[in-house]
Amino acid sequence: MRKKSLIIYILLLLPILTYGQIEGEVLKPQGGKFLLKGATLVTVTNGNLENTSVLLSDGKITAIGQELNDAEARVIECDGLYIYPGMIDSGTRLGLVEVGSLAETQDYAEIGNVTANMQALTAINPNSVSIPVTRVSGVTTVLSVPSGGLFPGTAALINLNGYTPDQMYTGFKGIPMNFPSSARRGRWDKRSEEDIKKDVEKAMKETNDIWERAKNYMKLEDAGAELKYYPEMEQLAKAVRGELPLLIEVNKAEDIKNALKWIKEKEVKKAILTGVSEGFRVADEIAEAEIPVITGPVLALPSRNSDRYDAAYTNPSKMLKAGVKVALRTSDAENVRNLPFNAGFAAAYGMSKEEALKAITIVPAEIFGVDDHLGSIEEGKSATLFISDGDPFEPKTQIKHVFIDGYKIPMTNRHIRLYQEFLERSPGLVQ
Amino acid sequence: MLLAQTPKGSVLIQNATILTVTRGTLEESDVLVKDGIIEKIGKDLSAPKGVETIDASGKYLMPGIIDAHSHLALDVINEATAPITAQVAMADVVNPFDVGIYRALAGGTTIAHGLHGSANAIGGQSITLKYRYGTDNPEDLFMKEAPRTIKFALGENPTRVHGRGKNIQPRTRMGVEAIIRNGFAEAQQYKKAWEEYNAVKDKKNNKAIPPEYNLKLQTLADILAGEIIIHCHSYRADEIYMLINVCRDFGVDKLVFTHVNEGFKVAPELAKYTMGASVFSDWWAYKFEVYYSTAYNSAILLENNVITSINSDSDELIRHLYHEAAKTQRYGGLTDDQALSLITINPAKQLGIDQYVGSIEEGKQADLVIFNSHPLSVYAIPQMTFVDGVKYFDINTDKNDQRLKVSPTEMVEPVYLQGEGESCMHGVEFFTNEEASFNHSH
Repeated sequence: MRKKSLIIYILLLLPILTYGQIEGEVLKPQGGKFLLKGATLVTVTNGNLENTSVLLSDGKITAIGQELNDAEARVIECDGLYIYPGMIDSGTRLGLVEVGSLAETQDYAEIGNVTANMQALTAINPNSVSIPVTRVSGVTTVLSVPSGGLFPGTAALINLNGYTPDQMYTGFKGIPMNFPSSARRGRWDKRSEEDIKKDVEKAMKETNDIWERAKNYMKLEDAGAELKYYPEMEQLAKAVRGELPLLIEVNKAEDIKNALKWIKEKEVKKAILTGVSEGFRVADEIAEAEIPVITGPVLALPSRNSDRYDAAYTNPSKMLKAGVKVALRTSDAENVRNLPFNAGFAAAYGMSKEEALKAITIVPAEIFGVDDHLGSIEEGKSATLFISDGDPFEPKTQIKHVFIDGYKIPMTNRHIRLYQEFLERSPGLVQ
Repeated sequence: MLLAQTPKGSVLIQNATILTVTRGTLEESDVLVKDGIIEKIGKDLSAPKGVETIDASGKYLMPGIIDAHSHLALDVINEATAPITAQVAMADVVNPFDVGIYRALAGGTTIAHGLHGSANAIGGQSITLKYRYGTDNPEDLFMKEAPRTIKFALGENPTRVHGRGKNIQPRTRMGVEAIIRNGFAEAQQYKKAWEEYNAVKDKKNNKAIPPEYNLKLQTLADILAGEIIIHCHSYRADEIYMLINVCRDFGVDKLVFTHVNEGFKVAPELAKYTMGASVFSDWWAYKFEVYYSTAYNSAILLENNVITSINSDSDELIRHLYHEAAKTQRYGGLTDDQALSLITINPAKQLGIDQYVGSIEEGKQADLVIFNSHPLSVYAIPQMTFVDGVKYFDINTDKNDQRLKVSPTEMVEPVYLQGEGESCMHGVEFFTNEEASFNHSH
């Protein structure tokens, strides 16, 4: 009898316990069909379309038009709202670090100088708290880049939704390379000019040796030779072959010129310059070489004390005007949400709003070769977009909805939940 | 000490949209400045003979931006040798040649609070600077009306530097409280010893020996006497609450918390017992203490009536505090006046200088910035910046290279990878190339 009542008691308690664990609504990304009705479409590639609707199904933009209807689709009224393609940050550490100062959470830099085989995609944490913090801003897609030595690893382009890295991966990988730098690493870097020169020469020699080795590896591989396990070279050979582009990090003007020369001499098949903070000094040379550039952060100090105060703000526009293909990056992890503000500053300082928007949508999509599915609002492209009540570069603007690969993203994150809990704390002040 | 007379200017700025911050927005109005002071605000004002007139039609005029937390133009900032170093002063290490001052002016910042670093529980005395760029005399930058201030620091930095670094207290947040309580208690005894001596020293046949003078304890006694405002580095709600309690026990109410990422969790207590919180607009997750923070911090604090400011703690960020303030409109929907108060009148209150600066009012010092569009727009570009009515930045006429001097031994100008500039732990932490460009270390 006692046993029986205990069982009943436990059974009665069960549902309470279950629900007690998950009090409040659980918000998950939602798939399905959506009809976004009557918005202004900022297509990026085909101008702005007013009072236009967009049908999303199977993860894609399936129709764009004025008189769209679909009985199965969930309707989102977009009167007075704007639809933009998801913003793309072309250089971040998002997913590779959780807490900046904690070594246990730093997964961006392996030990070793040549570690091209280290895959960012392996270390990306799909459950990083920074991901929901980022994507509600309309930044839907980022390049996550390993850093450290000469060839630190392999970067991957990811969408900010998914439960596994493979679900997030969206079609581009590249091999970052830290081109030997003659710039100082910070104010604390007190090396003499002579020592810097020696360091650069040494690093350049090493770079050339490694590149030569990768070339040989490729030749042998292509000739069908049986090769010893050598994963770094196997990966670098892909860059030699042109299968994967080199993302060449280089900042000082003189180094940029040397990098351009190196690309030409080594007949690098696919190269992208990254960083390029002094690109404005050698913009014509970059344009002539027809090498695309990923630059940023725009909100940065000039690299020289003699520089005009706005050197970093105007750098993207100066390169663009010289004819360089320019995409923007934040170089951030937890604050990738500042990408639209970096674009806004670039716009204010000479780039124009349209060009700045391109630099975080269609231009990176083209540079990464993913413009078949990302970078603009077009039929057939991925339903990766956001809806806002105005210009997304303006801090005042609110982002209303975000879609990634057709999934409607919950517009919440830990920052917002803390706001909801603490705006009116209870109990308040106890005297 | 004789302070040199710093330049004072006269100017008439006409037809601007004036964002007074404290008295609303005035359309198409004029501001007349005489000898560094705002003499009149109104319409159709005319300039006295010889006074420059600036047409600001279609432009916006706001008060000079005030940064309550900066290390710009300070040569060293961390006397990281003991948990209490109240005897050292930032006034001794001001570098008037730092071109960063000009760059801050080009971003509309006219006043910055130059703080000691965060290595010690009780750090050094800080200095409020007016950015009168162009002088070779550090004292010309001092805002002489500003009250004294001192840096405190709680949590991870003092416990790491002293506890884990040197195996002395504090190693925990318990230790930080004890260090501060011990310091205050010792200062009370020091003060008492001097009071006892002073009471008898002029009496006949007095044989009392004066107590030994101690600058550190004297400074702490001055804090207890309410002569120095504490600006305390802090992140977690528990440590903030601890210092509120310690200060209440010792009768100290001139207390501002800086960084204060978890301030939103103790907003009612901050509102009641302190001079407020000076926060980052959106920095978080750079260390564990700021993992549970929110970009809505400013909004929550302000809505709970905490005096709130947004600071830079960065030579880079100090150039666009107007943009940092604007972010509170995305994260919490603050009004224009609320957002602007975060970088003008509120930091002025926290530095004890709000009767002189922080808003556009007749009788206040003429620290002013002209923007081409509303300063909370991402497209806004500062056009001119005035300190005491003197124009220190003009986008149209200034030359590009604004260095005041170039080292004669410098053969090749150094080129730096873009980094953060100064921060709280400067001179204490070592960071690698990648960390310098990606991580904050405040």
